[in-house]
Amino acid sequence: MADDKPAAAAGRRIIPIAPAPAGKDMVSLYEAHRKVYPRAIRGVFARWRWIMVFLTQLFFYGLPWLQWGERQIVLFDLGARRFYIFGWVLYPQDFIYLTGLLVVSALSLFLFTAVAGRLWCGFTCPQTVYTEIFLWVEKKIEGERVARMRLDKEPLSAEKLVKKWFKHIVWLGIALWTGFTFVGYFSPIRELGLAFLQTRMGSWEVFWVFFYGFATYGNAGFMREQVCKYMCPYARFQSAMFDHDTLIVSYDPGRGEPRAPHARGETQGPDGAALGDCIDCSLCVQVCPVGIDIRNGLQYECIGCGLCVDACNTVMDRMHSPRGLIRYTTQNALAQRGAATALLRRVLRPRVLVYATILAAVSIGLLASLVTRTPLKVDVVRDRAALSRIVAGGRLENVYRLQIMNATEATQRYRVAARGLDGLTVSLDDDPVEVAPAQARWVAVRLQIPYGSAPPGSHPVHFDIGAEGTATQVSEPSVFLVPR
Amino acid sequence: MSDFNSEFWSYFVGGVTLVGVFACMLLLWLTARKKIPATADNTTGHVWDEDLREMNNPLPRWWMWLFILTTVFGLGYLLAYPGLGSFAGKLGWSTRSEYEQEVAQANKELEPLYARFTAMKPEDVAGDPKAMSIGERLFMNNCAQCHGSDARGSKGFPNLTDGDWLHGGTPDAIHETIAKGRIGVMPPMAAAVGTPDDVKNVANYVLSLSGSPHDSLRASLGKSKFGACAACHGNDGKGNQALGSANLTDDIWLHGWGEDAIIAMINNGKTNQMPAQEGKLTDAQIQVLTAYVWGLSNKPAAARR
Repeated sequence: MADDKPAAAAGRRIIPIAPAPAGKDMVSLYEAHRKVYPRAIRGVFARWRWIMVFLTQLFFYGLPWLQWGERQIVLFDLGARRFYIFGWVLYPQDFIYLTGLLVVSALSLFLFTAVAGRLWCGFTCPQTVYTEIFLWVEKKIEGERVARMRLDKEPLSAEKLVKKWFKHIVWLGIALWTGFTFVGYFSPIRELGLAFLQTRMGSWEVFWVFFYGFATYGNAGFMREQVCKYMCPYARFQSAMFDHDTLIVSYDPGRGEPRAPHARGETQGPDGAALGDCIDCSLCVQVCPVGIDIRNGLQYECIGCGLCVDACNTVMDRMHSPRGLIRYTTQNALAQRGAATALLRRVLRPRVLVYATILAAVSIGLLASLVTRTPLKVDVVRDRAALSRIVAGGRLENVYRLQIMNATEATQRYRVAARGLDGLTVSLDDDPVEVAPAQARWVAVRLQIPYGSAPPGSHPVHFDIGAEGTATQVSEPSVFLVPR
Repeated sequence: MSDFNSEFWSYFVGGVTLVGVFACMLLLWLTARKKIPATADNTTGHVWDEDLREMNNPLPRWWMWLFILTTVFGLGYLLAYPGLGSFAGKLGWSTRSEYEQEVAQANKELEPLYARFTAMKPEDVAGDPKAMSIGERLFMNNCAQCHGSDARGSKGFPNLTDGDWLHGGTPDAIHETIAKGRIGVMPPMAAAVGTPDDVKNVANYVLSLSGSPHDSLRASLGKSKFGACAACHGNDGKGNQALGSANLTDDIWLHGWGEDAIIAMINNGKTNQMPAQEGKLTDAQIQVLTAYVWGLSNKPAAARR
């Protein structure tokens, strides 16, 4: 093993380890929280982060206000157990679609993470998005990073009190609006708004507005990066999807080191030693929303937001050095200093192709199943008390209960037929069965065969239920019992 | 709580629980005070699989406070709710009392819903589509097990849709049947009737009453022996609803049709029971059910659905 060590070391992932804080010989098992004051920055990734904030929040805040016909476009009516999404009326029995959606979400996370690391965390995760919104408010009211740090250190003054109060009021306003919107997905939001204005909201609605609002306020205002560091499970297991060809935000130590403050164009330090491109301005550390130094290498705290890339590029521009001292790159590319084309070729590796294929298959399957869905469900329950009975006319009768679930938003009239045995006849009290929009109804159905026309035992039969005036048709199996 | 057969186990479980909570507190207190030497590379010094090292990434201090809060919460919970052996908790909560509260709450919420129907005559309730959909659900949950989902019963369980009543088909009689239950007794009558041949003759006579296929010679012989049956079923065999004795002339055979089934009934008799629903269902529910069952064989004033 010893002789292949040097070769292995070149290709092996080496995580540069951050040195322990200087001057501390004994450390506690628990860490006191140090507040992070991220500095605002402009750049490609900062702009993408704001685009994602607008896209996701326009969707989240806006969607419940749209109408679909007479009702809200997306409404999860938990009380009635009906889930309205665009033209679909879903029943709890349609849970498989939620499963499909979660599988698609998980596979998307796998795919994006394999290609470019924690893209979800850095750009679209609600924790990131609300933290960004709250930070923006904080910056507008308390000022930039340095001003905020100074304000926090200052003794209490009228100005500090006003600023802090104002900030929290704006935060609470956003948080409560978020909670209100969240509840609006479960309780029609227009009526909810009216109920709020007339102070007659239901107690559970009030609870959830405040609970979700409080969670937003606490997580985006105070917990921030600690949610990602200590609480979020996705953050932890995403590292299992990283490999040497995953695009991650990296500092290029080969180009940057040895770092030292220096003027534009300087390549040698005062002692004559060669200088790297890093001028140790610490801007990359100041903009980091999780408070790490990317120059220490890949760290578990890094959410891959790319703000340090923006910060460093700004500095490199001013230094007239090429951009990309901190950039999205792969460990392989960094180790081999390969060309950009080689890097992109490695993106289409088997892992990515497998994830993409499964994701495409599940997505297409889910969509196809939704589009071709029959808006009718039927459960057949054979009566349990009596196996069968002989009725007038010497016929053998079995009784069934059919639960007919109308998954359309119009009243439907259903016809019930049965097949599978000679001389099988169907009788119902109400024929056709009328079922109100998005409602389910139990009906008793009797099947009869002439006595002696089938041998004793269990015989498979099928119920065919069709809606009048539509092509909707469902077939459900059951059995007909003939006694000995 | 009578789950323990000896007081010892109650104290044992309570003791183990408390020791566990206090051990957690002690562990937290000790780790909060403990300091470990910092290493130059910020790892714990453990190395696995050649190059995997464990970083020293300490937990946040607020997390420790959350741990401490959970132990305090645990003690508070154990004081308020059952958990320490057989100690019932200061709040006196139990699953049974919660269930009873929820049922009482649900009944209170249902009361105004039923109030409209309890004020109406059963004949009118049977014409109310809303009451009937409630009635249908009550029937499905409480009656269909025996009488069938379509209320047409089966052998031994009366058909409720055919207008034939053992104990009377007026709303009052139906209400009493549901609320108090019924016990129908047909005693073994073989000895009173006579020889097995006599029994067979009586059976044929009974069949002749409804015009069912029978041996007319045996029927005419059996007529004289029918006196033993007439005490309950009446001289004309039409039964008596006050006694719950069956009408033998209407070709409805609850316990089986044909000579063999009737001979078996005469020889062995039968006790059939409808369980009382009073106490299981509220009076308002029984009233709605009464109207529903009545409506199965009667056309109410207003047309149903």
